[in-house]
Amino acid sequence: MRLTQGCFSFLPDLTDDQIYKQVQYCLANGWAVNIEFTDDPHPRSTYWEMWGLPMFDLADAAGVMMELAECRRVYGDRYIRLSGFDASHGWESVRISFIVNRPPQEVEFELLRQEVAGRSVRYTTVRRPPQHVSP
Amino acid sequence: MNAHTGTVSGKERYRSGVMEYKRMGYWEPDYVPKDTDVIALFRVTPQDGVDPIEASAAVAGESSTATWTVVWTDRLTAAEKYRAKCYRVDEVPGAPGQYFAYIAYDLDLFESGSIANLSASIIGNVFGFKPLKALRLEDMRLPVAYVKTFQGPATGIVVERERLDKFGRPLLGATVKPKLGLSGRNYGRVVYEALKGGLDFTKDDENINSQPFMHWRERFLYCMEAVNRAQAASGEMKGTYLNVTAATMEDMYERAEFAKELGSVVVMIDLVIGYTAIQSMAKWARRNDVILHLHRAGHSTYTRQKSHGVSFRVIAKWMRLAGVDHIHAGTVVGKLEGDPNTTRGYYDICRDDFNPMKLEHGVFFDQSWASLNKLMPVASGGIHAGQMHQLLDLLGEDVVLQFGGGTIGHPMGIQAGAIANRVALEAMILARNEGRDYVHEGPEILAKAAESCTPLKAALETWKDVTFNYQSTDTPDFVPTALAAV
Repeated sequence: MRLTQGCFSFLPDLTDDQIYKQVQYCLANGWAVNIEFTDDPHPRSTYWEMWGLPMFDLADAAGVMMELAECRRVYGDRYIRLSGFDASHGWESVRISFIVNRPPQEVEFELLRQEVAGRSVRYTTVRRPPQHVSP
Repeated sequence: MNAHTGTVSGKERYRSGVMEYKRMGYWEPDYVPKDTDVIALFRVTPQDGVDPIEASAAVAGESSTATWTVVWTDRLTAAEKYRAKCYRVDEVPGAPGQYFAYIAYDLDLFESGSIANLSASIIGNVFGFKPLKALRLEDMRLPVAYVKTFQGPATGIVVERERLDKFGRPLLGATVKPKLGLSGRNYGRVVYEALKGGLDFTKDDENINSQPFMHWRERFLYCMEAVNRAQAASGEMKGTYLNVTAATMEDMYERAEFAKELGSVVVMIDLVIGYTAIQSMAKWARRNDVILHLHRAGHSTYTRQKSHGVSFRVIAKWMRLAGVDHIHAGTVVGKLEGDPNTTRGYYDICRDDFNPMKLEHGVFFDQSWASLNKLMPVASGGIHAGQMHQLLDLLGEDVVLQFGGGTIGHPMGIQAGAIANRVALEAMILARNEGRDYVHEGPEILAKAAESCTPLKAALETWKDVTFNYQSTDTPDFVPTALAAV
């Protein structure tokens, strides 16, 4: 399945040129750009691993692209996302977040149902083990 | 027009009998409102022959301490403090016979944190007062001291986005259609298709409660199966606004508890349940980590006509205080009433921490929200993917765009409808962030995105000529003055 988290998952994967422009948009807004990666992209998995600290005080998106290239080199088999963080009062949270790298084989989830009282069901979304593990 | 009429004082003031309101202390043109005063702006239409100042003073009187005759028991109180004071009356531009009356109320007149009390004063008896032909509450300035006594939105825009892990774009929703008649099982099918296709939310309609064709528990159970299936299939948080509106508070709590037990991230109520019930549900929502969606069912009966009633901008302010997380606030381009400037005013009230006075948007006062959570506006009713550039331009990013017909009515099915909307939205956000002139290039951006997305292509084709261009009834009274080019 195609994991559809983030701002642009319904579009074809962004090219580096497109990513560059989105980063530039973040910087123009004064947002810090953060690179994160994970192999646990469960919908409730909030804390992906940080690739270093969020990049504050950057003027040019090229710096982010260099870090992204490095992150991809090391963790190219995982999900990587970029986010723009707005520290201004009243927001102080993420303003934009989008996936910039997907593993060769995307994650699959399945739904576990625990039948409980009456007709109620307790639902749990769990990761389905990869069907074909490459050697 | 704003001349003194001579407030009577001392012994004379309390002589038994009838006295003009404007001489009893309800017209004080020299009064400077305190920072802690509640200020209300009314549109007053006096009966023929009634002095507008007297009519406005009467509004101040009847919405605060006055009755039709002088009573000596006023003297047992700090009456001057408790009298609301009309301090300014202006003719309404372009509307002969109508006047804007500014009235200040001391903070002590209101119970902390109670919309019921606030509204019982400000829109209580006075709207039926005989010397007035019509009366409309246009706007209110709520002092910070009063704002701070309210909970405010249970979740707020920022935390809602954090919980759902959705940033940088409007959220997408759809109201399940047909709104009446589906069984629980069929209803859940629509929810599943729409969410799996790519929407973030689906929604019960305002009048879906618990009817012979679908008991509420059936709806909740099937909807949550649908939500969870769609979540597992996309790896993305999903929700459906389960409408818990019911006949009694006890019933609503029962339904809300069941929704929470089933794991729903959001429940929904209708405006018609009343202010007190809304505040109760807002407290429940905060206590239970559930987002609270409000459908403004019924509001047009009193918000739409300009001469009489309550402006929706006041309802929006009350609802932000009351503590709902979502409120339907208009689409501008869709099928329901909504002048662009007036609607912009509502959106600002929902989302900003400070609203500067902006007469061309119908915003009459500076309003500070003192860091009260932000309220997510919802645009719903007659919108479709082909309008994405206009919607983004007019409504911004922090909004739920609800495409009901525009999802479910898609010729290739509900999932295709949802895909079309999501692709259109993401393409437009991408273009906007890249600095493109997306408002003018909108149709081109959509056409380009449709090249690799057949559902979007079909949506654009199906609804290409659908617009709702009718005259708005509720429009601002002030137009911006064009400044000479310098």
